[in-house]
Amino acid sequence: MKISAFHLMPYRELPADFERRYESVWVTPPWWELADARRVGQYYNWTLDELLYAAKCGFDGVCTNEHHQNAYGFMPSPNLMGSVLARATNGTNVAIVQMGATLPTSNPPLRVAEEYAMLDCISGGRLVAGLPLGSPMDVNLCYGITPMEHRERYREAFALTLKAWQAREIFSWNGRYFQLATVNLWPRPIQEPHPPVWVPGSGSISTFDFAVEHDVCYCFLSYSGARSAKTMMDGYWRVVAEKGRDLNPYRAGFLQLVVVAESDARAEEKFARHVEYFYHKCLHVPGVWFSPPGNQDYRSLVATMANPVRRAENPKNLRYRDFVEKGYVIAGSPATVRDRLKEEVINGLHVGNLMVLLQIGSMPHELAMENIELFGREVLPGLRDFWDDGRWVNHWWPERLRQSAAPVAAGLAAGGA
Amino acid sequence: MTTHVQTSRVIETQERTVSVWQDRVRIRVLSKGRGPALVFFHGPWGLTWDPFLDELAQSFSVLAPAHPGTTPDAHDDVYHLDGLWDLVLCYDELLEALGIRDAAFVGHSFGGMVACELAAAYPDRARRLALIAPLGFWRDPDRIINWMLLEPGELRRQIFRDPECDAARRMFPRSEEQDSSATAARVRMVWAMGTTGKFIWPIPDKGLKKRIHRVKAPTLLVWGREDRLVPPVYADEFVGRLSDARVQTVADTGHAPHLEQPATVARAVREFLGQ
Repeated sequence: MKISAFHLMPYRELPADFERRYESVWVTPPWWELADARRVGQYYNWTLDELLYAAKCGFDGVCTNEHHQNAYGFMPSPNLMGSVLARATNGTNVAIVQMGATLPTSNPPLRVAEEYAMLDCISGGRLVAGLPLGSPMDVNLCYGITPMEHRERYREAFALTLKAWQAREIFSWNGRYFQLATVNLWPRPIQEPHPPVWVPGSGSISTFDFAVEHDVCYCFLSYSGARSAKTMMDGYWRVVAEKGRDLNPYRAGFLQLVVVAESDARAEEKFARHVEYFYHKCLHVPGVWFSPPGNQDYRSLVATMANPVRRAENPKNLRYRDFVEKGYVIAGSPATVRDRLKEEVINGLHVGNLMVLLQIGSMPHELAMENIELFGREVLPGLRDFWDDGRWVNHWWPERLRQSAAPVAAGLAAGGA
Repeated sequence: MTTHVQTSRVIETQERTVSVWQDRVRIRVLSKGRGPALVFFHGPWGLTWDPFLDELAQSFSVLAPAHPGTTPDAHDDVYHLDGLWDLVLCYDELLEALGIRDAAFVGHSFGGMVACELAAAYPDRARRLALIAPLGFWRDPDRIINWMLLEPGELRRQIFRDPECDAARRMFPRSEEQDSSATAARVRMVWAMGTTGKFIWPIPDKGLKKRIHRVKAPTLLVWGREDRLVPPVYADEFVGRLSDARVQTVADTGHAPHLEQPATVARAVREFLGQ
């Protein structure tokens, strides 16, 4: 089992009536009305401190990700964050999990290949290379990529990246979207043939196929918890079997929101409003923006329109206890959290690479640190050995870190936490 | 190039599918009427034969192609086109296949832009141009609303001055539980927006300003006075650049004046094209 700390870096102090006053948390929230650059500087540093603290508390990896023009999570450049994390965790067994730089918006996408190679070199071969498609809000709305070209660009950029890392000879790339006469990457990653690749998704069937065909780890980034992900992930494992791959649980990653306290009741007292802030404000986006015309291919469009059955319920109508009851958030005492994670997520979805979101919405720094510390001390040790029966190898984890049962965190740089 | 003709259920409206682009792009063409050739390029919400086209068919031989990707059972053909230049060449091939040397071009919204681009690329192919609320330019103070990002109800209110008019009801059939025809209509509309959006995302200014001076055809611009998507002020961009152009605004209509007031708009277009 590998367990990583995930971070979005949200704006933690949106006004109470945010979702009623503004159109969206993404693309159009007015910076000058809502935000303050000095405060944001503090957020970035807290975010880094929280992730480094997770590294110190025994997590196997730390995750950053890329989003644009929003107050939901704004690390426009995950690699700037990742580079700080890589440097500060040298001497440890913590993986730098970039979830990651968005290929279709990097032009040329070779920039992602280069920066990931840099991170792998700086970290001494501890990079996990997440290669996401990017959300339509980021890619189509903020960065101007035509929805109909989004997936095509991604596939071409993905192939170019993998080739650029591995090619022994200088090559030319005469693609549909990218043309490069002389590709000769400097630097190359330490890990051979290349760093492990994770492809995050939100349940699109075409991404399942892509992940299995390319033999990468598919990560379901869901905010609706394991119960509603069950059908989706069962579908993924069906594709894995159909395409003749083994059912290695490390082929799957899953993101889960978690809050831990001394008791279930105490968890509600401490975290309820931060969880509600996340679901009510940080996910406040008009529905059609998630799928602008052309972003889905025709087949998927027909399927989605014909089966609105699985339309997610509106989280704005739910409160903390609903989120916990439905498993959107796993909350409570260490025992409650450990048991639910085991049963619903790890075993229920057959997941080997677990990511947990521990700073949620408006959660202040001190509280986030408590959540991280308690999870690391009381929950993580009880999960670490899962899948550790010698049957499965985590091919999707940096090779030199696969065996480490407990990361060595003593070497953390002084500025880290 | 192959042509396949069949008579559709709509009386007198002919339907054929023409293959262009080395048979990779199939385009369904609806046609009706007698007289000089008139090619109608539809807007971002797909092609349907409507009362406006019926009016035109009284004086013209109307040919209405479906933009690539919007022909039934040829949805993925649009992936063979990389950009506007490919699209314009495709339409040149289509006219060739239909045996049309020149014609009157009429276009609505996205189709107006296509008609104008075609007339700029092949000035001798366009005898006269009638452009209804065409795209093609961008003014920072008058930003065009991206209709692809609107919920259906809001889209309806933005297209039509009166969202309860008959044309609006036809374009947005009421969705009942398990109503497969309403679902099919929504799929057609979303896919039409996606395929036409491929050529104009994220800003529908793809360089017409560099090419429009090549247009030789006298041009009529028709604009709904209450167009909320592409404000009537955009007519100035065309008139200022075309050597022979005039504007007719239509009261009490929005971005689809030919659907909200088919008789009025058809009369204006027929008069202009018949001159």
